[in-house]
Amino acid sequence: MKGIEHLPPWAAVLTAVFLLTGAAVTLIGSLGLLRLGTFYERVHAPTLGTTLGTVFIAAASMICFSVLQTRAVLHEILIVVLGIVTTPIALTILVGAARFRDTAERAQPAEPQDK
Amino acid sequence: MTRLLPFPIVSVCLLALWLLLNQAVSFGHILLGCVVALVGGRILTVLELPPVRVRRPGVILRLLGLVTMDIVRSNLAVGRIVLGFGRRQRRPGFVEIPLDIRNPYGLASLACIITSTPGTLWVNFDAQRGALTIHVLDLVDEEEWVRTIRDRYERHLLEIFE
Repeated sequence: MKGIEHLPPWAAVLTAVFLLTGAAVTLIGSLGLLRLGTFYERVHAPTLGTTLGTVFIAAASMICFSVLQTRAVLHEILIVVLGIVTTPIALTILVGAARFRDTAERAQPAEPQDK
Repeated sequence: MTRLLPFPIVSVCLLALWLLLNQAVSFGHILLGCVVALVGGRILTVLELPPVRVRRPGVILRLLGLVTMDIVRSNLAVGRIVLGFGRRQRRPGFVEIPLDIRNPYGLASLACIITSTPGTLWVNFDAQRGALTIHVLDLVDEEEWVRTIRDRYERHLLEIFE
């Protein structure tokens, strides 16, 4: 494998653009965690990072290392695929827990505050 | 399928996973990958899963294309909401969608699609009534979401799995 300084300009530019786009998308998704109001809204935001963010960063990595090693480096695909397949499980469990708490709170009248 | 290969699709995926992880397509790795694939497939029989039947590979490709397009589009939409462009009143809310699909693999695929798309979230599926509840970040028209999920995704999944 050659060092990063051997990366031809076109590959360097492409890698940089993909990497920065992916990082920006992930950052916006994480910002959403801060800016959105309720729990149900906030759960939407990180999916930006797990979908397009990951895809862009993985693409940057594939381009960079495929060019440097002059062979196809494809195992980043696994990160994208496994990420997209597993995120719904975590999110669905989180939302299920939130719903369970909501219905439990609604069914049970609030505890008296003064004891 | 057979006793040797109860879950052919899973086994093929395991072999591909092994080869990708090792970044090598040599004879030795193919052999090792086949062992992993066979053993992995056999282990799954312990879970007593219903058999997978997948049809219409063309429809799978079309669905993948649709989903990719939707993911890109909703990434942009949610990004705009987070950054606060286009400040009109946004109303998040739950939508209930009647579904015809009952195949567990089809439902799992639908859950992946809905949750991977930013802006929509799988909340609950009532198997008795066949009603799916999703949460939508920017709810404009409930009817439109029911139509989108049913016509865009469920119809294709029904073709593939049932």
